[in-house]
Amino acid sequence: MDRLTAATVDATARTFDLAHATVRELNQFLHRELPSTAVRRVTVENPGGRHAIAAGLDAPVEVDVRGHGGYYLAGMNQHAHVTVHGNVGWGVAENMMSGSVRVKGFASEAAGASGHGGTLVIEGDASLRCGISMKGIDIVVGGSIGNYSAFMAQAGRLVVCGDAGDALGDSLYEAVIYVRGRVKSLGADAREEPMTDADFAAVAELLGRAGFDHAPSEFRRIASARGLYHWNAEADQEY
Amino acid sequence: MCGIVGLLVKKPALRAELGRLMVPMMVEMASRGPESAGLAVFTGALSDDHRKLSLYAPDWHYDWAAFEGAFITHFGTDASIRPKGNHAVLTSDVAVERVKPWLRAQFPQLHVLAAGRTLDIYKDTGHPARVAERYDFGQLAGTHLVGHTRMATESAVTPDRAHPFTAGEDFCLVHNGTISNPYMIRRKLEHRGIRFETDNDTEAACRYLEWRMREGDDLEAALAKGFEELDGFYTFLIGTENKMALVRDAFACKPAIVAETDDYVAVASEFRALAHLPGVNEARLFEPMPEEIYSWTV
Repeated sequence: MDRLTAATVDATARTFDLAHATVRELNQFLHRELPSTAVRRVTVENPGGRHAIAAGLDAPVEVDVRGHGGYYLAGMNQHAHVTVHGNVGWGVAENMMSGSVRVKGFASEAAGASGHGGTLVIEGDASLRCGISMKGIDIVVGGSIGNYSAFMAQAGRLVVCGDAGDALGDSLYEAVIYVRGRVKSLGADAREEPMTDADFAAVAELLGRAGFDHAPSEFRRIASARGLYHWNAEADQEY
Repeated sequence: MCGIVGLLVKKPALRAELGRLMVPMMVEMASRGPESAGLAVFTGALSDDHRKLSLYAPDWHYDWAAFEGAFITHFGTDASIRPKGNHAVLTSDVAVERVKPWLRAQFPQLHVLAAGRTLDIYKDTGHPARVAERYDFGQLAGTHLVGHTRMATESAVTPDRAHPFTAGEDFCLVHNGTISNPYMIRRKLEHRGIRFETDNDTEAACRYLEWRMREGDDLEAALAKGFEELDGFYTFLIGTENKMALVRDAFACKPAIVAETDDYVAVASEFRALAHLPGVNEARLFEPMPEEIYSWTV
């Protein structure tokens, strides 16, 4: 068997070079053709910051993006495991349902926004509004996160190995935030709470999933004080 | 939505390549702003006693030779004009404050886009790729440039409301976002005799910052005051004679990314506008933080 044949007979792998193919061609393959093929690994070359790369996946495929992605990369993901060997733009893994997304560089704003499930790992920093309105996703950030992160976060865990910006967890519901570094400021109704054994175990499990080597004892728990859950008629009503 | 692009080259050998490197940036950002585009390019400076004016005429076949003749006759001095369709750059030793009132009286159809010793501006309505072709942006040379692709929200789609906006001399600004208090800023500045040319919100920000610099602030101090006085959403990219500066408001709703190498500093709304640049994958890439001032000197 010559080399060329060896390369072409690997029916489980497929490469899309976005210097030549369009994102639409890539995503149409991933959405429509993939389930009827033996392909289980897709490599995306030259992503060039294009939007919506590997968005809307609904199959247990591994996608490797070899470079920087644009907005909404792996948005709405179900079942797939997407790795980005670079940075991503706004809304990576937005509304993810299951599966995993790993960003080896940094993520721009609203990473994991409104995600329902799955795991988002960002090895570098995440910008503002990380985990905004998260609904069950687990997000692990190796670096720091920007202002207004986990705003109105409803469920899921956000683990931050670095620092957090202003107004962390503003108007939190039942999502829980674990921060290792400094918190510049907490948002309305977010408060620090004592770590329980369950918290230490959760942080250890999430760090293990992400492959980050920190001691869970270094993390602090931020959760909702639930003061905004009910209307308080006696509160100062001056506006 | 709008798109911003900026490029500052660190090596003199790259100055001839400035426009060629930039055009794909602007074309990529056309999807963020498909209706107008503009570019400010900073070239080698004229001598201290010379100034140039970037002029806009409503007619592509405007008779710039006749205009140049009238200018020379009136001011009794030598002048040169470099026309490009409905744009022209006029160079002379007449002070800008003498030329402007004469232009308003004698050539009210002409619009002064820019004034200074180093700055040329081209801006017009149309798809950014067409605008770039129309004015041969790929041929432009210089030390740095700032450009813009516009999707209008606050004022009409006309050439004079396209970005970059300028104020004073060798100062320009492009903006992605919306200023919420432009009329407050405008009233404040008009009381001080500062004249506005459009109803555009970005013009207020541009004239405010340039006014602060004329009051003695350096660019960084002016931008710091801008954080207090300018209300709204913005990513601003500013060009001066020897600097390019970038800021985002406290909420940072409008994007920006910077790529820096030993050869250049490139700024755009999104990475996809930088993806073609040589060496960009080895560049230091970062997003500017809210209310931080980033500036680079030529």
